[in-house]
Amino acid sequence: MESCAQKKKFLAKDYKSELKPIWCPGCGDYTVLNAITRALAEMALAPEDVAVVSGIGCSSRIPAYTSVYGFHGVHGRALPVATGLKLARPDLTVLVTGGDGDGFSIGGNHFLHACRRNVDLTYIVMDNQVYGMTKGQASPTTAPDWEGSKLTPEGTGINPFQPLVVGLASGANFIARVSASDPVNMAQIIVEAVRHPGFSLVQVLSPCVTFRPEQQEWRDIVRTAVVDYTDDAARAARRLMTDDGFNVGKVLYKGSRPPYRPEFENTDGSIAELEARFAL
Amino acid sequence: MTVQSVSLTIAGSGGAGVVTAGSLLLDAAARAGWYALMSRSSGPQIRGGEAAAMLRFATEPIMSHDDSFHLLMAIDWDNITRFSAEIPLTAASLIVGDPAHGDAPAGLLKNTPRQAALPMSEIAGTIENGRPNMVALGAIAAMIGLPPAAMRVVVESALKKKGAAAIEASMAAFFAGIDAAKNLPAIPKLPAVDADTKPRWSITGNEATGLGAIRGGVRFVAAYPITPATEVLEWLAPSLAKVGGMLVQAEDELASINQIIGASYGGTPSMTATSGPGLSLMIESLGLAVAAEVPLVVVDVMRVGPSTGIATKSEQSDLNIAVYGLHGDAPHVVVAANSVADCLFTTQWAVHLAEAMQVPTLVLTDQAMGQSRAILPKPAELAFIGQREVARQAVEGQRYKRYAMTGSGVSPMAIPGTPGLTHTADGLEHNEFGTPSSQASDHQAQMDKRQRKISGFNYGDHWAEITDSEVGAGDTAIITWGSATGPAREALQRHADAGGKARLISLRLIAPVQPEKMTEALRGITRAVVVEQSHSGQFYRMLRAFYDLPAKTVSLHQGGPLPFGPQQILDQLKQLTAGSA
Repeated sequence: MESCAQKKKFLAKDYKSELKPIWCPGCGDYTVLNAITRALAEMALAPEDVAVVSGIGCSSRIPAYTSVYGFHGVHGRALPVATGLKLARPDLTVLVTGGDGDGFSIGGNHFLHACRRNVDLTYIVMDNQVYGMTKGQASPTTAPDWEGSKLTPEGTGINPFQPLVVGLASGANFIARVSASDPVNMAQIIVEAVRHPGFSLVQVLSPCVTFRPEQQEWRDIVRTAVVDYTDDAARAARRLMTDDGFNVGKVLYKGSRPPYRPEFENTDGSIAELEARFAL
Repeated sequence: MTVQSVSLTIAGSGGAGVVTAGSLLLDAAARAGWYALMSRSSGPQIRGGEAAAMLRFATEPIMSHDDSFHLLMAIDWDNITRFSAEIPLTAASLIVGDPAHGDAPAGLLKNTPRQAALPMSEIAGTIENGRPNMVALGAIAAMIGLPPAAMRVVVESALKKKGAAAIEASMAAFFAGIDAAKNLPAIPKLPAVDADTKPRWSITGNEATGLGAIRGGVRFVAAYPITPATEVLEWLAPSLAKVGGMLVQAEDELASINQIIGASYGGTPSMTATSGPGLSLMIESLGLAVAAEVPLVVVDVMRVGPSTGIATKSEQSDLNIAVYGLHGDAPHVVVAANSVADCLFTTQWAVHLAEAMQVPTLVLTDQAMGQSRAILPKPAELAFIGQREVARQAVEGQRYKRYAMTGSGVSPMAIPGTPGLTHTADGLEHNEFGTPSSQASDHQAQMDKRQRKISGFNYGDHWAEITDSEVGAGDTAIITWGSATGPAREALQRHADAGGKARLISLRLIAPVQPEKMTEALRGITRAVVVEQSHSGQFYRMLRAFYDLPAKTVSLHQGGPLPFGPQQILDQLKQLTAGSA
């Protein structure tokens, strides 16, 4: 954190708002909020030059808990809002925060196309394998035999969605998995994700202490990935498809696709020129 | 005075080039100094299939098609009866067909139109690379009085890339058509006009919509293709790039609306264009734009619904969803264009309204005006520019209130990048700071503020176009909106020709409603006919709900895709006024 000594010094708390989160005590999302603010301080970004965009869900509450510009939209549509914002305002650093239901179920199509489009965004998904805000239903990443919901008392019987595999296949330019139990590491990964051009996907294993109390064991199960990142998508795919989902703490994949920016023909054309084409 | 005009349809199957022929004719008519309107109808096929180009030419500006066509030029008869309802013919009409394709189908002969033969394919066969549609164009030009020189300029321009031989082949076929027309019965001819007298444009409604958006200041557009709105977006893509804006193709309509919310939150006036099915998908996020107070414009080029309906044909049946579709109490603005030219005015105005009030603004146009090309007087320059009230500087010791209570209800908006004014814009109900709140008092205050913004705004005279008949308003009104305005306007003219008095009120501002202005507009009016292209009379019901209408008010409504003819409205007007002076 000394790397920015010559720049204006920011502290993590400078990026926090006065609002008290609505989250349950022990929720993994607290550490994600801490890691984000820590990462912003590390990068010494002026708060007004950063925007955090979200949809709906427990983790989607993050924008209001920061002191940067925020946008809290509707369920599942954070990525398109962020896409429009970043394309219109390339000078801003745009983060997107949300959960597994918001991102991979109702927002699934946008997830595919955000990866594919590769706009320079950082997408931080707090994955707790449950819909918390609606009191505990199975999400797309829930195991098929989880019987904890009245909505699916026999389990969903559906294989969980594999966000990182799908993200890779769809064209995400940076993929990492981190654990909410290690905010320092998470902050470092977020810094890398923000600095890497294009669409960066960071999956956070963020336990829901209320509806998935067994997830508190995650802190003991997770392990630091043994290998460093690859820039070979095929190799990354093999790793992601064979791991058990608990290899954390490192970047898994870095691509080199240039970020999407629509081409400007020029900017000095005039409306009169456009109108001239209609004149007889 | 009723305009002097001639109406004709060119029909044929895939490859016959009827839409191309129609466009060439329209361009040539423009060169000749005429005014024109061309709409098109096509079957459901992606490519090829039957098609018809419906054209009306006049020496004065026109707003509508006529009740029937003087001429139906059929290159062939394939599936033509699918269009027969859209090509009304009378005993005075003339059908010209190619004997090589046999006789005209019985479905076209109901009103016993005159018939004549033009061996288009045989004549074309005598010319190297000659095409039957050019022979047809020659015959049409001769019959309606279009000078051949105008056609030559147009053909040369259209076939420039194909070279001199192609141009000469086309012109040879064209002149052969002129020659062959000597044997054809007459239809009305228009006089030649000095082409340079008045500045005119050739433009479609969808292009005019795009231009209105750019004129108003839109610089970010998100696009998902949908018939019949795609041309708005296709025109905007290269045009925006020329003025420093951008268009992004989105993965679906949910993405389009949310991308423009993001871009507008970033400070860039933004828009998307869609049709009914796409609007349905955007509705939830329109509510977000209401709550978070993000200005944006959504154009709905209406088509026949519900569901996929008839994608290529027109209807005015999205009024209800545009006005009432949002959940919760969600004050927003709905405006409607009433002609090809008015697509420009109304869209530009919409950008102004959206930005000034920080409110989502819907623009309703429809397939009939969107996909019609018109030769019309050059539209006026308009002063409307989207201008947002922006918070530029932090006030020492005061936390910025994004949703501050103000007299107008409009709160100065901080654009990301501005120091000291960071905040979170939220679709959750919130207090003045934007902080989520479930308190009744905050909800009440914010609801009042959002309503106040649009209720208290000065919409000026643009809320409606009010036209009195040349002999006066009398005590009768036609109340209408959108595409139905064109034929209503012509009905008013014809009514005046017969000494009939009436007032035409065409609403441009659909929501918020303007009861006081309407009362003023209806002063002295004791009876009215409400005209709209909706099966259930959506507009009539809305007027009934919000306005004091004359006791004697009748509803003339029909679903699409058949447009109203002026006579249909005139008949209703006469029926309404029967028995009084």
